[in-house]
Amino acid sequence: MYRIDFNKLRFLICDDNPHMRRILRTLLHSFGAREVYESEDGATALEMYTHYVPDIVITDWSMPIFDGLELAQMIRQPESKGNPYAPIIMLTGHSEKRRVTVARDAGVTEFLAKPISAKGLYQRILNVVANPRPFIKTKTYFGPDRRRNTTNTYIGPERRGSGEVEVMQQPSLLEKARSSI
Amino acid sequence: MAKDKPGTIEVKSFGTHHVITQPNPLRSALLRVPESDLDDPVGRAEKALAGLSGEFKAWMTVEADRLSAAYEAVKQGGFNNETREELFRAAHDIKGDAATFGYPSAAAAADSLCRIIEHAPDLDAVPTELIAHHINAVQAIVRGRTKLDSAVVAGALSKQLRGITDEFLIHANRERPEHLEAVMAPSIVPNE
Repeated sequence: MYRIDFNKLRFLICDDNPHMRRILRTLLHSFGAREVYESEDGATALEMYTHYVPDIVITDWSMPIFDGLELAQMIRQPESKGNPYAPIIMLTGHSEKRRVTVARDAGVTEFLAKPISAKGLYQRILNVVANPRPFIKTKTYFGPDRRRNTTNTYIGPERRGSGEVEVMQQPSLLEKARSSI
Repeated sequence: MAKDKPGTIEVKSFGTHHVITQPNPLRSALLRVPESDLDDPVGRAEKALAGLSGEFKAWMTVEADRLSAAYEAVKQGGFNNETREELFRAAHDIKGDAATFGYPSAAAAADSLCRIIEHAPDLDAVPTELIAHHINAVQAIVRGRTKLDSAVVAGALSKQLRGITDEFLIHANRERPEHLEAVMAPSIVPNE
């Protein structure tokens, strides 16, 4: 059986609603997290993301000026100096399927529809810690693999082309980002 | 903060995409514990949340008043980008937060209002009473929660508002298939 040592994780939460930030902070501290940074808008969150290099980002979607979707897109810049791989959990009042798709295509790792529950949040965090997905980079997408499952029964066009496999070794960008602060 | 030994990123390149994998950087935060482990972080968090519940009524009042203020601004100056955004955000926050605070019917009424703002082709053409009823419903649910019969009444009120709203939106979007599909699509949040 596995459990998360929250003491070893650094969180960044971004929500313009102070009540929801308080709820999130309370939940994370109760789980055992000590380092929880907060921002009330996407622009500040991006600055804090670069400065504090959090392990996990939890963001609301709907915020003034610079929303959670834009924040996810800014983090998922493969050429950026910061860490483009951090798990992003989108916590939002939006509850339509098309929104999940839009968030997924922006590079969001997990989607959690409000109302928030301790169990729902814990499960999303456990999932990103225990089961990280590889990242996919195409001309139009950079983010966690959007295919969570493989199936041998799929019928339809294959959007990913195959080709020669080339393996490149390079230093971890995450470590590079951390060593630069 | 979770520090493992520096790993290497492996990139496999294919015809149209690259697959990038790296050793799990958060692995050190994953603990193997015996089945007999009694630690219950979720239970602990639920207790902490219950400890906050004494503040929920005051928080909900703040949220409901913000919604009313946003609607007052619409009544004064009509719908423009600013007033529309603020009304939507105030309703959207209640939609997301109210159930956590113990007001699921207020969340349902706010959700119905969000749908109007998001999908009505012309907000100025929405009957004034329809929006006003949503604002009043949220206020009534929040202020009247302590009454014994209020939960049933609040639930019925929200359901009725949602029914009228859906009828209006389906009619108003009959020539707009994208919106019509969104209006009729089921929510990913299970019903209470």
